[in-house]
Amino acid sequence: MIVLKGGTVVGTEQRIADVAVDAERVVAIGSVDVGPQDQVIDCSGAWVGPGLVDLHVHLREPGQEWKEDIASGSKAAAAGGFTTVVAMPNTEPPIDSGQIARYVFDRGAETGLVRVIPSGAISLGRAGAKLAHLDDLWAAGVRIFTDDGDTVADSGLLRRAMDYIAELGGIVAQHAEDPGLAGRGHMHEGAVSSRLGMIGLPSMAETIIVERDIRLVELTGCRYHVQHVSARQTLDVIRRAKEAGLPVTAEVAPHHLEFTDRLVETMNPVAKMYPPLRTKADVAALRAGLEDGMIDCVATDHAPHSAHEKDVPFEEAPRGVIGLETAAAAVNTSVGLPAVTFFERMSIAPGRLLGLETGPLAVGSVADITVFDPSQSWTPGTFVSKSANSPWIGTEITGRVRATLLGGQVTFEHKEGASE
Amino acid sequence: MSLLTIEGLPAAEISRLLDLADGFVEVLDRPVPKVPALQGRTIGMLFYEVSTRTRMSFERAAKALSADTMTFSPSGSSVSKGESLKDTALTVGSMGPDLFVVRHASTGAPWRVAEWTGLPVINAGDGAHQHPTQALLDCLTVRQHFGKVDGLRVAIVGDIRHSRVARSTAQAMATMGASVRFIAPRTLLPFDVEGWPVETTCDFDGAIDDLDVVYMLRIQQERGGGDVFPSIGEYVNRFGLTRRRADRLPEHTMVLHPGPMNRGVEIDPAVADGPRSLVTKQVANGVAVRMAVLLDQLSGSEKT
Ligand SMILES: [Zn+2]
Repeated sequence: MIVLKGGTVVGTEQRIADVAVDAERVVAIGSVDVGPQDQVIDCSGAWVGPGLVDLHVHLREPGQEWKEDIASGSKAAAAGGFTTVVAMPNTEPPIDSGQIARYVFDRGAETGLVRVIPSGAISLGRAGAKLAHLDDLWAAGVRIFTDDGDTVADSGLLRRAMDYIAELGGIVAQHAEDPGLAGRGHMHEGAVSSRLGMIGLPSMAETIIVERDIRLVELTGCRYHVQHVSARQTLDVIRRAKEAGLPVTAEVAPHHLEFTDRLVETMNPVAKMYPPLRTKADVAALRAGLEDGMIDCVATDHAPHSAHEKDVPFEEAPRGVIGLETAAAAVNTSVGLPAVTFFERMSIAPGRLLGLETGPLAVGSVADITVFDPSQSWTPGTFVSKSANSPWIGTEITGRVRATLLGGQVTFEHKEGASE
Repeated sequence: MSLLTIEGLPAAEISRLLDLADGFVEVLDRPVPKVPALQGRTIGMLFYEVSTRTRMSFERAAKALSADTMTFSPSGSSVSKGESLKDTALTVGSMGPDLFVVRHASTGAPWRVAEWTGLPVINAGDGAHQHPTQALLDCLTVRQHFGKVDGLRVAIVGDIRHSRVARSTAQAMATMGASVRFIAPRTLLPFDVEGWPVETTCDFDGAIDDLDVVYMLRIQQERGGGDVFPSIGEYVNRFGLTRRRADRLPEHTMVLHPGPMNRGVEIDPAVADGPRSLVTKQVANGVAVRMAVLLDQLSGSEKT
């Protein structure tokens, strides 16, 4: 038995209690007597809640294992308090058939630190022309379909995908970026891009795609998920869709809750991500959206790149930053959600989307558990991930994952004084 | 210290550099146009963008100060073998230059070179961002002709969106007290100039009798400047400095251009080579300004 001692247990409400875990399940919540064989984890001052779920990570395997692989990405996920992650299909080869999806499932299970669930491509080879092997992917266990990294620009293809995936019961997730409007944009289009002489990527490139997609949701009834919302205008579109009762959900990445395009003024390619960092007004709108639930969940868009790939001039650098190990603290620092909402946005809502058993912590729950101390400050410097392209390096953030349990097994435990 | 951008450089500082450059204009007029000021110093030149003019201007300036130069330009070199800017900067850096002059097609590349090598860097043009020595030579040329920059009405015309010259020169001239206007089709104006010390208009003809300086820019086809208006002919009609338009300029108005010029597109050949043109002056002043900046960067720092 594992006893999580003296934490604030976050169920439908929160109370200070011990949590006993035996085999795969939570067996008791309350005052638990500790026996000599039991493993005890001190949780005083920390929240004990359902394991974090990330709908959006890039694990780079197969194809770019020097950046990250399923094992190193799983370690990073566990260190960040995650118990389930959804791997994006922009691997090499892309996850557009059941065979490659099964490979990712198997490698994840073999590593055993986090549930790795592949998403499947919408189009074959992510080329935007023909449907991927959707049935085959579904049979392999894929539930979320996306061409992430690229938008499905062809409205006819997207409509067919939505018709098909609606029938299966899956979700179409969209990386919303109109290719014509986005052009070769390197950063948010605005006063800062103009001053830096960099080609801008307007907010409208995102909003217009979400607007179109929601019309296709009306047409097809397909469940639809907006990936990494970055612009306040997009949030308005999502709000209208939700108010109309359409099956629309959205995620936000931690970096979009904190940084603005001003970070690009450092010229440091760690500020290069897609969608790009936008303005103060966008950050404020995204924070409010996460608080009031218009944005359903946080997803990291963990995008590892190795140092030499980012150590180039900004415009030549690849897109993306890592996020698994800093996500919980970053969200806690930027938005400061109360415990119940925190776990709703970081665990329960994304778990629900995936059809997992993730719910408020209760006796009988699967013991996917995150112990998070919301008051401990630290400054990220080194990472478990193979990559270190984090915009939080050198920035103090508040909140620390103390332990992660997956199916009753401890997958991560933060040792005080360990290297940071 | 580096010279990476004209942003934030105060008027007094610009004036000081222009005064220094004025002295070098005189030096360059001598039978032996050379001073020993930077003897024993070495200038590392990283020119990642084809730019014979700016490179020659810097080389000439270095030689006139008796400094040595090492020039790295990518054609046929290790870049085609995949060597990164960082590796090149570190390699050339380890050969002992005192300073780098960097030109690169990407915004911020000179900042990165300064960061990687710890050496002073002069930005010789980064993407569509900054070109501080061009801004200084433009100010010097205007100041020589008019005796001042303060109070002049300056129009910068053409592909402003893709122009580092426009960004730097507009800032420098505004700092020196000129009132600056950008004139271009909307597709070639910067997206958002909130906070810039400039006005914008799409009406060249409406602005024309109100100008002391007309600064014409080239369409930067290579940065995507070519596909944002219907045709060259239509562009010339509205935004070219044609003979007819030049004839409508006030008598005293002068014309500048950073080169290379597309004669017959943004500027009529007769205007480019005519009495209003300060273009050859700009080129000559370029050497003097770069001498001033090189000396300013390296004086006071002892060779270690
Ligand atoms: Zn994406």
